[in-house]
Order: sequence, then structure tokens, then C-alpha cells
Amino acid sequence: MNGSLAAFQDAFVAALTGAPDSAAGEVAALVGQPGFAVYRNTLAKGCVDALRANFPAVERLVGEEWFAAAAMLYAREMPPRSGPLLEYGEDFPAFLQGFEPARELPYLSGVAQLDRLWLEVFSAVEQPVLALAGLTTQNPEQLAQQALVLRAALRWRWFAELPVFSIWSCTRDGRVVSAELVWQGEGVLLSRSAGRIGWQPLERAGCAFLDACAAGRSLEQASEMALAVQPQLDFNDLLGRLLAAGAFAALAPTTPST
Amino acid sequence: MQLLGAGLGLKPEHYADACACVADGLWFEVHPENYMVGGGPRLDWLEAVGAQHPLSLHGVSLSLAADCAPDETHLQRLKALTERVRPALISEHLAWSSWRGNYHPDLLPFPRTTAALRRIAANIERTQEVLGQRIAIENPSHYLRFNQHEWDEIDFLAELSQRTGCGLLLDVNNVQVSAHNLGFDADAYLRRFPAAPIIEVHLAGHSQDDASSLLIDSHDAPVDAAVWALYRHLIERIGPRPTLIERDDKLPAFETLLAERTRAQQVLDEVRTWQ
Repeated sequence: MNGSLAAFQDAFVAALTGAPDSAAGEVAALVGQPGFAVYRNTLAKGCVDALRANFPAVERLVGEEWFAAAAMLYAREMPPRSGPLLEYGEDFPAFLQGFEPARELPYLSGVAQLDRLWLEVFSAVEQPVLALAGLTTQNPEQLAQQALVLRAALRWRWFAELPVFSIWSCTRDGRVVSAELVWQGEGVLLSRSAGRIGWQPLERAGCAFLDACAAGRSLEQASEMALAVQPQLDFNDLLGRLLAAGAFAALAPTTPST
Repeated sequence: MQLLGAGLGLKPEHYADACACVADGLWFEVHPENYMVGGGPRLDWLEAVGAQHPLSLHGVSLSLAADCAPDETHLQRLKALTERVRPALISEHLAWSSWRGNYHPDLLPFPRTTAALRRIAANIERTQEVLGQRIAIENPSHYLRFNQHEWDEIDFLAELSQRTGCGLLLDVNNVQVSAHNLGFDADAYLRRFPAAPIIEVHLAGHSQDDASSLLIDSHDAPVDAAVWALYRHLIERIGPRPTLIERDDKLPAFETLLAERTRAQQVLDEVRTWQ
């Protein structure tokens, strides 16, 4: 054989993913055989099936055919980087955002983001859940200076303009999206406890509070940031909902400078 | 260790059935790539099934036949999973899929040259060193005729086993598919395959592509009658080996797969009785 294994692999990949007509030498002899299409088909099916599995709500909204066509284009632009295909499609929401045929569906990229967040919650490390009892062991002054450590299996997102969460959750549940849907911004909280992934609406202040917790702010600072976004917020109610969702792993001291 | 008889590929749809199922020699195989996660229900289920039955990790993306060392991150993730679920068997394919930072989700072919042999042997050795465990290498399905092969496939696999101490995973359906597509005699191939290094056997269904008349290793159908016949001859010759029914697509009810698994177990039991 002429050339190295590496040269063969370069040429084979080029023929597989690009223009097979341009293949030279030994790979040209392979491209001309009917069996070459088997690899092209398997490769395409592998990428599309992985995206289909990872973005089920997107597929339900646009249908199999539309989804497969979009997934093929995405796979050509952004092939998988590694074997665990559960991770494939990191940039699919951004791809849909700029995808001309998706212009009529301005919420589609947001729905893809939620499918992706669901997967992140689904596959995050297991951690203990901080219960209300864990907070009541401290006096209010001490507590205010501590930071709430978020569990790895927690995600939230605020969509400023569109009811993305309503559309996504209806679709995931197999329900029809209501015709009376109010076209306004929505937030969402996804969490996992005892192996089950749950989701619920979360107000803008709740998202701001979790953003602050994730940045390591003290409970006092984080609650101030939430109230600044939404002055009429019932903070105790928010904290109660977050605790019930298993949002926190632990309390941690904050450094004096923060 | 429990004696491994006939096993089944494990799919999420069948987790509860797999946990509850009781059968002598039953074991389950998964693609480790689907379980390389930090935690969550999928890993919990695998551990639950693993508490009841022996497990096997059958990798699809280590890319041992690429002209580069196996990806260290991937190896470490495989090692972490191995330590977590303590599989009875670990296997990979004689193929490549990752190249220059991209993963092509398929089992790609290569010319069997002496240079390729050296590279793959080094990659198998590195894998076994990291995992601290012997792995088995599977014969792939073929769709292309290469003019550049310097080695016959059986000699190539035997030499890899000789050099690295790895086991071989003989996929009887792949032999049937390749024999049809490349025009060789499947039974003659199986008779020539060295018995000693075989530590696992795979059985699966295939489909026919009408346009090209090629057989496709699609894992979307029951095991073909011709494959069952080849399997019986093989086991009669080499003795019982852990045997897996693979099914990845058009997944039937658990009981349907279990019936195929029972058929393989019967072959193993019959041959064991004679010996």
C-alpha cells in the first residue's frame, strides 16, 4: 500500500463527508463501489438519530422530515466531537436560531435549549439535597451571609419575549399547545430528585436569584438582586419552591469581599 | 465469577424487565458511551441491572484502528465506568470512527497492513493498560473490497491477540454479512477462526439493501436462520462461549428478545452436556 494509515483516513473522511468525486488513489476505488453508500448512510443516520434522541420536543414540533433535513445540515456543519452522543448537539439551539427555514418558528431555538437543559439535568452527578431543616439550624444573621450551593442537576432559564416553557412542556407531555397561549416572556426551572426530572415555571426574579447563587453571592445579596428585578416578589415563597424542587446541595460560607 | 451463558443487549425500554428477569447464565451488554455521564437515572438503572446480572461493556467509539493513540479523555471515562459497574467483559471493534477531533458515528474500514497492525496492537495495549483488564476485539461487517490488504482478516485478528493478549469477539452475523457482500464462504471462515482467543460471540439480525443487494448489519431484525445454523456449527466446534443477542433498532418486546436468548442458551447447554 502506498501512503500511511493516516493518509488513508484523511482521504476516506474527505470522501465520506465531502465530495466523493474528488477522491484519488485507493479511496477512489472504494468510493466507486455500492458499499461506500452504506457508510455514508450509516454516518448520516447516526448523527440524525442522536439529535432526534436529544431534541425530542423540537422534532415533535417540526415533524420527522423537517427535523431530519435540519439535523443533516447541522451534522455537516458541526459533526460530533466524541463518542458519547448524549452530548451531541451543543450548538443545535444556536444553529436553529440562525436557520432560515426556522424563521417562522421564533420559539424553536428556545425549545431546543430546554431539550438540552433537560439532558444536562438528566445526566448530572448525584448530590445530596439541602432540606429546609438544614437552613433552620442557623440564626437569620448567619444564614444571610452564607451562599446556597446549587445542585448539579438544576437548570433554569428566562425567556424574555416568548412563552417557550409553555410550548416546550406541552410538547414534551404530548399535549397540544393551547390556542389561548399568552405571547409573553416565561422562565423555567428544571430539577431532578430521586431519579425523576421535573419542571415548573419560574418567575424572572427566581431566575435572577439562581443566577446570583451560581455566582457565589450570599443569600442576602442574592435575595436583594431578586427583589431588584421584581419588587413585589414573595421571597419566602420562592425559597420554599426552590427547596421543594431540591435546588440546593449545601450552604457554604462566602468570602468577606463578596 | 458466575458462568456467562447467553446474554441480551440492554435498552432503556427494558430496564425493569431486565432487573426482574431470572435465567441461568443471563447477562446484559451495553454501549459504554451511553453511560458516560456524571449520574442520573440511566446510570442508576445500569447499576440496578448490574446488581442482578453480570454486565458487559461493548464500546463503539474507541477508534482503535485510527492512526493515532486512543483519546485519553475517552479512555479515562471508560475506566471510570468500568470501576463503577465492574463488567465481566469489555469489547471494542476492529474499526475506526474518531479522526482529527471529529467522531464519525460508524465503524469504518481500513486496509489491513502491517503498519496498521502495529498501530492497532499498540492501541489495544494502551487500552488494556488503562483499564487493567483484557478486552475483546470484534470482527466488523464489510461492505467494500480493498486492494491494499496485506493481511487476511483472521490472521490479522489472531496476530493482534498473540501480540497483545486481547481476546476476540466473533460476531457470526458480521461474518454472514461480510461473506455475502465480499463473496466468501462464511462457514469456511468460521471453521478457520482460532477457537482459543474467542471470549464472546455476537448474534444479530441484518437487512438487505434492495438497490445494491448488499446485506446490512442493521441489528433491526431477529437473528437470521443461516446465522443460527452457523452459530450451532461454531459452538459445536469451539465449545460454549458467552453469546449475545444484539438488537439496536425496531426493538421488540423483552419476551421476544428473551426467546431468542433462550434459543442461544439451549445451543450452549446442549454442547456443554456433550463435553
